[in-house]
Amino acid sequence: MKISPTITVAAGLSTGADKRHEDGQMLRVRTTKGWTLYDPRLAWMLVAPVLLLLIIFLVLPIAVMAVYTFFTFVTAGVETGTLTTANWHEFLTDSYYHGFLWKTLRVAAMTALLCGVLGYFPAYFIWATTFKHKWLLLLLLIVPFWISFTIRTFSWINILGEQGVINVALLKMGIISEPLPMLYNEGAVIVGLLHFLLPYMILNVYVSLESIDRTLISAARSMGCTSAQAFREVTLPLSLPGLAAGLLLCFVLAAGSYVTPQLLGSGRDALFGNLISDTIMEQLNWPMGATLSIVLFVVLGFFAAIYTRYMGMSQIVKGLGG
Amino acid sequence: MKLTTTKRLERLNDRYINGDLSRRTFLGLIAAAAASAGISMAWMSEALAAVEQIRFDGWGGVVQDALSQYAFQPYTAKTKIKVVQGTFGNETEILTKIKTGIPGDFQVVHSSGVANYVKWVNAGMTSEINEANIPNLVNVMRPMIEPFRKLTPKLSAVPYDYGTTGIAYNTTVISPEEAQEKGASLLFDKKYAGKIGGFSDMVARVWYAALATGQDPNNIKDMDAIWAKVREMRDLAKKFWGSGAELMDLLAKGEVVVTDAWSGRVAVLQQQGHPIGYLDPPGSLAWMDDMLILRGSPMAECEELLNFMLEPATAIAVAEAQNYPPSLDPTKVKLTEKIKKLPAYDATGTMKSLTFTDPIYWEANSDAWTKQWDRISKGA
Repeated sequence: MKISPTITVAAGLSTGADKRHEDGQMLRVRTTKGWTLYDPRLAWMLVAPVLLLLIIFLVLPIAVMAVYTFFTFVTAGVETGTLTTANWHEFLTDSYYHGFLWKTLRVAAMTALLCGVLGYFPAYFIWATTFKHKWLLLLLLIVPFWISFTIRTFSWINILGEQGVINVALLKMGIISEPLPMLYNEGAVIVGLLHFLLPYMILNVYVSLESIDRTLISAARSMGCTSAQAFREVTLPLSLPGLAAGLLLCFVLAAGSYVTPQLLGSGRDALFGNLISDTIMEQLNWPMGATLSIVLFVVLGFFAAIYTRYMGMSQIVKGLGG
Repeated sequence: MKLTTTKRLERLNDRYINGDLSRRTFLGLIAAAAASAGISMAWMSEALAAVEQIRFDGWGGVVQDALSQYAFQPYTAKTKIKVVQGTFGNETEILTKIKTGIPGDFQVVHSSGVANYVKWVNAGMTSEINEANIPNLVNVMRPMIEPFRKLTPKLSAVPYDYGTTGIAYNTTVISPEEAQEKGASLLFDKKYAGKIGGFSDMVARVWYAALATGQDPNNIKDMDAIWAKVREMRDLAKKFWGSGAELMDLLAKGEVVVTDAWSGRVAVLQQQGHPIGYLDPPGSLAWMDDMLILRGSPMAECEELLNFMLEPATAIAVAEAQNYPPSLDPTKVKLTEKIKKLPAYDATGTMKSLTFTDPIYWEANSDAWTKQWDRISKGA
């Protein structure tokens, strides 16, 4: 910090220390009981509680899990601390796991893209509407969160099932003669994921749209752009960070889900999370379960890192209400 | 609880009189109690009288409702000890939870039979019951207790009910005659492709594949044939259910027209008026449930609860409500007509009419077979 040599030390507790600036001038840095303003030590002290929490609740559990991947599985529910690379060897050499990892990424990407397409329009509508109770529309977005996620997922059974609303209505109208097989397949899983993830996408896009200076759109219009051109040239590009944040969020959450495939899909529609769940909860093989968990963590972390490298995390934080 | 000091000392006295304790041990414990009373502080009594509730985890649904209404609520009314309940869909699920907790977090589990008992023993989670504190144990069928005692001479669990995983079918689609004729092969009938269900459990899948391939489920010779049959059923099935609630939902809503099913849950559906038939084919999979006390639990209080649950009046009321016969020996305890009509009911008290899993054989293969089933169920 550069302080003019003419500035004198304030009276009271403040004292000063002389420092030579690179141009040879003597600078006087204000200190209070040995602390300077923006003292790095102060920064560390302020951030220490959060760092501690992160270490205890994030870094440490992941580290423990990472160590667990080298433990030896004995029998269901029993493992020893004898270190082995057998779990990693099994993962790396068994195409069963690779297939499910690929499938999980595919389903997650498809879900995220659908969320992007379906979520952009409601977000745009909420942003553009002149409805004076806009807060009500935003409130409607978070209303689903008041109901248990599992119950929301189960509700699709009553909609898509053979005796669900759609099939019963179509049968009664005589449009179909046999119920349509809409449940317990990949389509049902994606519908369930969309239901769960759309609000995240809409909120992210909406926040991004809200940050656009509307005079830019007016300027574009005044320079001869049609509404569609103004949207294409101004609104859409400026809202892309929000869209990208929503895509990442939806992708990561979809890739990590296991309840939705469990309830709405058949065994074949399982995702990587279901493999982890089965390995830990059914086979009681914690070392292998930990290995698969670390794999998913690393893969999703890789995508998050790419996003952060090019877009930064701030948009997601904004979208989540931060 | 408030299992008061007086009550504790009375129990100690009973055990001494019954010859369970030597005079030296008895006097030693009395002296220890006197010493602890002499040196205790005011705050200590509060800390020591802390057992006011017992944690129970079960299968949820109608079974747990029955336990709650006819066993736990009367027990709480009698003793003032609350029974805090949790549920699980699969026993390995609760085993996983308990593994992550500390001894004492979970106390009594409605465990499913000897094959699972082996898992609890292997994981070092079992306790040692003092059978003298469960006098009603004398009414429990001996053939149900003996398999547990073979694994742990000092019991950690008390058999409580039993049933079968037979075949449930929609009577509007499949006639009882057809079900009777086809037996276990009904689950593999291509005619019902896309309308077949099954329990998402390795034991049920391998068991029925063994029956369908004409093998003894407790001594399988051709595992390749078993896995081929399991795959065949997987391709015909619409859904493998994971809980009793899901099973009932699938049958009630007509999503599946045939599935292997828990006898008690089918009985509930029948009582609700759903057109569901039930068949125990030859060699149908029988199982017994037990009340398992986990290591680190307050033993005296848990034993008291189990003894209460085995009171004939309690056990009969629970059995009638959950639709599974109780473990009470019908040659010693008079059971009701409703219980006598329940599927799988054994009037002889010998259990010879039912085929259970051989725990040693199944445990030896459990890890590999569970892994294989998990893969097959996902399309492998």
